[in-house]
Amino acid sequence: MRLDRGPSRAAADAAHPGFAMRDETAAAGINFVHHRPTFDSKIAGIEPHVAALGASVSVTDFNGDGKPDLYFTNSAFGQANALYRNKGDGTFEEVAASAGLADLNKPGDGVSMGAIWGDIDNDGREDVLVYRYGYLALFRNIDGHHFEDITEKAGLRRWVNSNGAIWIDYDRDGLLDLYVTAYFRSDIDLWHLKTTMIMHNSFEFATNGGKNLLFHNLGGGKFEDVTDKMGVGSTRWTLAAASADFNGDGWPDIYLANDYGPEELYLNDHGKRFVLSTAGLESESKSGMAVALGDAFNSGRLDAFVTNISERGYLFQNNNLRVNEMSTKGRFRNVAEGAIADAGWAWGAQFGDLNNDGANELFVANGFISADRKKSYWYAMSKIAGANGRLFEDAATWPAFGNASLSGYEPSRVYINRGVAGWVDVAKNVGVTDLYDGRAVALADLSNRGAVDVIVANQNQPAIVYRDYPDSANHWIEFKLIGTRSNRSAIGAEVLLEAGILNQRRVVDGGSGFASQNDRRLHFGLGSREWVDRVTIFWPSGIRQVVTRPAIDGIVTITEPER
Amino acid sequence: MSDVTATTASDRNPLARAWQRASKIDPRYLIAFLITLVLVAAQVRYHMLGSYDRLVVALGVCMATEALLSWFDRGRVVNLLSAYISGISLTLLIKPQGGALWPFALGGFLAISSKYVLRYRENHLWNPTNFAIAALLLAAPDRVSVLSHQFGNDLTTNLVIWTFGLIIAARVGVIHITLTYVAGFLLLNGARALAFGQPLLPEIAPITGPMYQLFIFFMITDPRTVVRGRRKQIIVAVLIAVMETLIRFASDKGWPMPTAFNVAPAFFALATVGPVAKWIDLRRKRPTTN
Repeated sequence: MRLDRGPSRAAADAAHPGFAMRDETAAAGINFVHHRPTFDSKIAGIEPHVAALGASVSVTDFNGDGKPDLYFTNSAFGQANALYRNKGDGTFEEVAASAGLADLNKPGDGVSMGAIWGDIDNDGREDVLVYRYGYLALFRNIDGHHFEDITEKAGLRRWVNSNGAIWIDYDRDGLLDLYVTAYFRSDIDLWHLKTTMIMHNSFEFATNGGKNLLFHNLGGGKFEDVTDKMGVGSTRWTLAAASADFNGDGWPDIYLANDYGPEELYLNDHGKRFVLSTAGLESESKSGMAVALGDAFNSGRLDAFVTNISERGYLFQNNNLRVNEMSTKGRFRNVAEGAIADAGWAWGAQFGDLNNDGANELFVANGFISADRKKSYWYAMSKIAGANGRLFEDAATWPAFGNASLSGYEPSRVYINRGVAGWVDVAKNVGVTDLYDGRAVALADLSNRGAVDVIVANQNQPAIVYRDYPDSANHWIEFKLIGTRSNRSAIGAEVLLEAGILNQRRVVDGGSGFASQNDRRLHFGLGSREWVDRVTIFWPSGIRQVVTRPAIDGIVTITEPER
Repeated sequence: MSDVTATTASDRNPLARAWQRASKIDPRYLIAFLITLVLVAAQVRYHMLGSYDRLVVALGVCMATEALLSWFDRGRVVNLLSAYISGISLTLLIKPQGGALWPFALGGFLAISSKYVLRYRENHLWNPTNFAIAALLLAAPDRVSVLSHQFGNDLTTNLVIWTFGLIIAARVGVIHITLTYVAGFLLLNGARALAFGQPLLPEIAPITGPMYQLFIFFMITDPRTVVRGRRKQIIVAVLIAVMETLIRFASDKGWPMPTAFNVAPAFFALATVGPVAKWIDLRRKRPTTN
C-alpha cells in the first residue's frame, strides 16, 4: 500500500504525509470513558479547573504474550480503571477487575491520575504503580494475570497529589527506582480542605507545589525515600517527568515539565546525587504540561518537546522543542517556531515515526475544558493571571467557572518534520479529527505490524485508539530489550541506530509525555533503506552492546550480555 | 527671616536637593530611567525577554524610524529618547506566537510612524506604544498577545515599580492622572462587581499586575498625548476608566467584540478615549499668531 507519497522517496509534506490514521477504538472493543473527580465544595467555584486531570494511558505487556496491552485510569470515586488485554486479533478484552487493578478510586484512598509499568523485582513480569490524588499504590504482578497490592510492604503508602511518575534506575544497581512528581501540596486532601489557599502563588515562578519524591528500590519489594539525600525534591508544580542520559555520561538524568514555572533538568552525578542544571531552560518561564523525548533531527541525541499553553490574543507561552546540546555546550536550545510552537492548550505529546520514513513525527493532544461553547473562561482567567500571587493562591478568590469552556474543543495535532521547511500539522490530512480534551498520549505497535499506533486518553471523555497505516513501501525495525544486569524491563536503555545517513536514538520508556508510558519496545522507521548497518545499545548498567546488520521489517529481541 | 531659614534647611536635606535637581531634568529622561529599571528588573529576576533579539529589533526599528521620519519631516534628527521608551515598552508588552520577531519590527514601525502620520495641528493623538499594540492585537490576535509575563506575580517587584513610578510621576507632574485612573478603576470595577454579584477581588485584581503598571506609568501619562490642564487631565483619566469599565461590562455579558478588547480593556479604553480628548483639546487651542 502506498499512501499518496508519489513514486520517489521525497520527503513527507502536508499533501503527502506518507501515512493515515484511523479511529478504530470501537472496532478494538475499547470503550473506556474517563470520569473526572469531584472535590470539597469549598472549591466548587473552580472545580472544573482543579478536576481537569486524571485521564491517563500506559502501555504494558502484563501477561508477557508479546502483545502490548493498555491500562487507563479513571478519576471519580467508584469509577473503575481499565486494563485491556490485547487478544492479538485487533481486539481487546477488559480484565482490570479480575487482575485486581480496577477498584482504585475510593474515598480515603484518592483517585487515579496515572500509572507506570516496570519489572521492579526482575521476575520477568511487569508490575505497576498507580499515582493518585491520594495514596500511591504499588501492585506486584503475581502470575501475569493477577496483581497483589504491596504498597504498604514496599514503604510507599504516601499521600501525594501526583500527576506523574517515572521508573528510573538512577544508581544503576539493576533495580528500578521510582520518581513521583507532586502537583498540589501533599498536606492537602482535596475532599476535606482545611484551607482554600491551595493554588499556585505565581503564574510563572510558583514554588509552593507538592514536593517531588525519589524512592530507592532496596530489593525485596521495598523502597526508601531518598529525595532529600539525592536533591530532587522540587516543589514547582511538576506535571510531567522523563528520564534519559542527556549529557552522555552514562547516568540517567531527570527532566521536569513544571506548571507555572520553568522546566528543570536534574543531572545525575554518578548515582550519588542530582544537580539542578540551568541548561538554558530558565530563559522563559512557561506552563509545562508534558515532556516527550525523541531524536527530532536524527542527530543521535534525545531532544525534549515540552507542551505549553497558547490561546488566541491572550497568551502565547509556546511549546518548546529543545535540541539537546548538553554534550557539547551544556545546554538545550529551543528551536520551536511556527506551527509546532502553538498547538493550543497542549497536553500529552510523543515522538514516533508514523510514516516509517526514518524521521520522527510528533503527536500532540490538546484542549483543556470543553463545556459551553459560547462561554469562555479566558477573560476571567486574564483578570486573575495578572494579579498579585497572594490573590489567586486562594481558590476562593477565583471567578466562578460555571459552565464555561477554557481552550475547549481543540484538535489534536500531528506534526511532520519537513527539515529546513519546519514542522507542519497534518492531523486533518491523516484522519486525526477528534475535538476531545486530550491528556495522555501513548504509542505502541498494537498488532506487531511495524506501525506506531496512537492511544489518547481524554479527560472526562472516551479514549481513542488511532491505528497507524504507514506507507507500506517503507521498512522498519523494532527492538525488544531484555535486561540482565540492568533492570529486566530495560527501562532507560538507549538504542542508537545507524543505517546509511540515518542516525537515530530512542530510549526505553519508564514514563513520559503527560501521564503516559509508551511501549517499551523501540520502533524505528527506515524509509527505503533495506538494511541497518549497526545498532548500539547503551544499557542502564553501563554495558555498551553493538549489533550489526539485524534483520529488518520485524521485531528483534536483544538480551543484555552479562558483561 | 523665616523664609531664609526654610531655604537653608531645604538645601541641607539631600532628599530635597535630589528632588529639586530632578525637577530640572527633562521628564523623558526620568521616564526612560523608570522603564529601563522595569526592563532590567524583569530580565534579571524573571528572564522575561527570552532572547535579546526582540529587544534589539524593537529598539532598532523604533529609533531608525524616528530618525528617518524626523529627518524627512523636520529636516533634522530629533532626540531619540521617546523612540527608546517606545522600543522598551513594546519589548515588555508584546508576546508573539513562537519566536517571531516581526511583531516587534512592525510594532516599532507602527508606533513611531503614527506620531508622524496620525496628527492634528502638529500633534500626534495616540500614545505610540498604545497605538501599535492596539493595532497588532486587532489585526493579528492569532500571532500576538500582550504580556504573557507577569513578573512573577510578586509583591516585592510590584512595590518597587509602584514606588519609583509614583515618585517619577510626581516629579514629572502627572501623578494626578495616575491616581485618578487608579481610583476610578477601583471604584467603577468595584461597583461592577457589586452590580453583578461577583466577588470583588478578581475584578480589582488586574490593577496589581505588571500590564497595568506599564499602562498607568507610561501610557496614560504620556506628556505628549495628554490634554492640557490638570482638571481636564483628571476628567480624561476618569473617562478612560469609565470606557474600560464599559468594555469589561461587555466582556462580562459576552457581547460580541474583537478578542483584543477582552484581552486588554485598558489599552483599548485609552486608544479610543485618548485621541478624541486630545483632538478636542487641540481643536480648542488658540492658533499661534506670528
